[in-house]
Amino acid sequence: MTDLIRSTAAETAAAIASGQVSAVEVTQAHLDRIEAVDKKVNAFLHVDTEGALGAARAVDEKRARGEKLGPLAGVPLALKDVFTTKGIPTTCGSKILEGWIPPYDATVTSRLKDAGVVILGKTNMDEFAMGSSTENSAYGPTGNPWDLSRIPGGSGGGSAAALAAYQAPLAIGTDTGGSIRQPGAITGTVGVKPTYGSVSRYGLVAFSSSLDQGGPCARTVLDAALLHEAIAGHDPMDSTSIDAPVPAVVEAAKRRDIRGMRIGVVKEFAGEGYQAGVMQRFNESVELLRELGAEVVEISCPSFLLAMPAYYLIAPSEASSNLARFDAMRYGLRVGDDGTRSAEDVTALTREAGFGAEVKRRIILGTYALSSGYYDAYYGSAQKVRTLISRDFDAAFAGVDVLVSPTTPTTAFPIGERADDPLAMYLADLCTIPSNLAGNAAMSLPCGLAPEDNLPVGLQIIAPAMADDRLYRVGGAVEAALNDKWGHTLLEEAPAL
Amino acid sequence: MPGITREEVAHLARLSRLELQAEELDHFAEQLDVIIGAVARVSEVAGQDVPPTSHPLPLTNVMRADVVRPSLTPEQALSGAPAAEEQRFRVPQILGED
Repeated sequence: MTDLIRSTAAETAAAIASGQVSAVEVTQAHLDRIEAVDKKVNAFLHVDTEGALGAARAVDEKRARGEKLGPLAGVPLALKDVFTTKGIPTTCGSKILEGWIPPYDATVTSRLKDAGVVILGKTNMDEFAMGSSTENSAYGPTGNPWDLSRIPGGSGGGSAAALAAYQAPLAIGTDTGGSIRQPGAITGTVGVKPTYGSVSRYGLVAFSSSLDQGGPCARTVLDAALLHEAIAGHDPMDSTSIDAPVPAVVEAAKRRDIRGMRIGVVKEFAGEGYQAGVMQRFNESVELLRELGAEVVEISCPSFLLAMPAYYLIAPSEASSNLARFDAMRYGLRVGDDGTRSAEDVTALTREAGFGAEVKRRIILGTYALSSGYYDAYYGSAQKVRTLISRDFDAAFAGVDVLVSPTTPTTAFPIGERADDPLAMYLADLCTIPSNLAGNAAMSLPCGLAPEDNLPVGLQIIAPAMADDRLYRVGGAVEAALNDKWGHTLLEEAPAL
Repeated sequence: MPGITREEVAHLARLSRLELQAEELDHFAEQLDVIIGAVARVSEVAGQDVPPTSHPLPLTNVMRADVVRPSLTPEQALSGAPAAEEQRFRVPQILGED
């Protein structure tokens, strides 16, 4: 192992298993990297040095005893600060949870621990995962390692930036409208939203329960697949968890053969608002799919054009209900409890002080959409759009194995540019939202740099629910072909920090 | 579809238990009016005979066996409480004085 922080998770796990390097050495190298660059990047809200080194030591001891190690044992990971971690702060990027120490682990957290994955710390995010730039964090924005003056995407900007800055080879995100895939595209990394219900939501602080889905973030498709297998699978603690086997994603990632696959290009994801360089790289990717032996056809999904409006009614509606739990009574911030104020006043003062602007806007919007008189026109219509979108997907998947589109209409925009223009911010998720509404599986992987700004462009692949393996089959083949063409990975073109 | 007024936003904020400042109210009313203008496009489908989808999975009433399982201790459950007393969450007064 020549470079501990630039190796893939698969390489690192193999080196640890063979005794070439210890898990403690690998972990220390990443902690040193975080120490060296995170003042600039701000990817982490909390670094758990002791816990990480302790977990690494446990892996080394297990190996010394001759026990078999799992496929990711000893590999460091950055965990989005929306998953509970027993004894370790969990803020969701919000002041209302500052200092909160959860008394239990999320299922994702405990599965990672069981797999011997070393959790380095918790990553920065838009408050309660509401945003597309990580600027809505109460703890300051995260910089994009490609250009620190630009956004790293969101809401999981911290997780994506940690990968791109070589602070961790693996990360976990959550994707409600694109919060794994859009940061992946923006930072030149790989992000997967698994099928809804395939990764447990137990201990994932809820934003929009019918849309939220945890998933893997990595620098390579194979690493994402290894992490996918580690966290997915039925969990009795989550009543919306699917009780079915996890698709063979690791095998699919290694296959690198897409001959005979049928791939649909979504016609609606192009045109006004799409950056020229993004479309150029996307069109080249479509050409590459053809060269690799896939049959490519154009597909029309007209209801996708209503996905963004439907999402910004459904997600805020569910959020307005989910976030009612922050009432200043059982955990988190309490403001104004001076002995004279009522519980109701204390709750209102606390929420005013503890929530940021975007969270307040969405709570009010959701309350509006659910109020009598508007319910049918807004929330009811949005639910009909959701049905129409699922029908468009069903019709498309009757003819093709996967769909492709750009992941985002543009590359990373400057920090501050859309910060107080919610509608402009919402456009960043135009292509990613339909998969959340339908509950299917989708991936973003890097497909080049936009010529006009030299920033990463993401290719989105969408597969039917529970056919997550198709994402990895296509993604693995595209990644291998592009790396061959470039002679290196895209991230190697990122400037040194 | 009508837009949203400052008074409506103030009412919704009260319902949502958000003690908004006056400037915040002005700003949000303006922004929410723009957002609602954009999302109102969903009502294009209002008249269509399409069943609503509330959830991507066709699940109803997922049950578990009614057996005692390990749970948090009272100390753990109260560990994040802003105020606790006699193994209970201490809250500000809920009923009026009179």
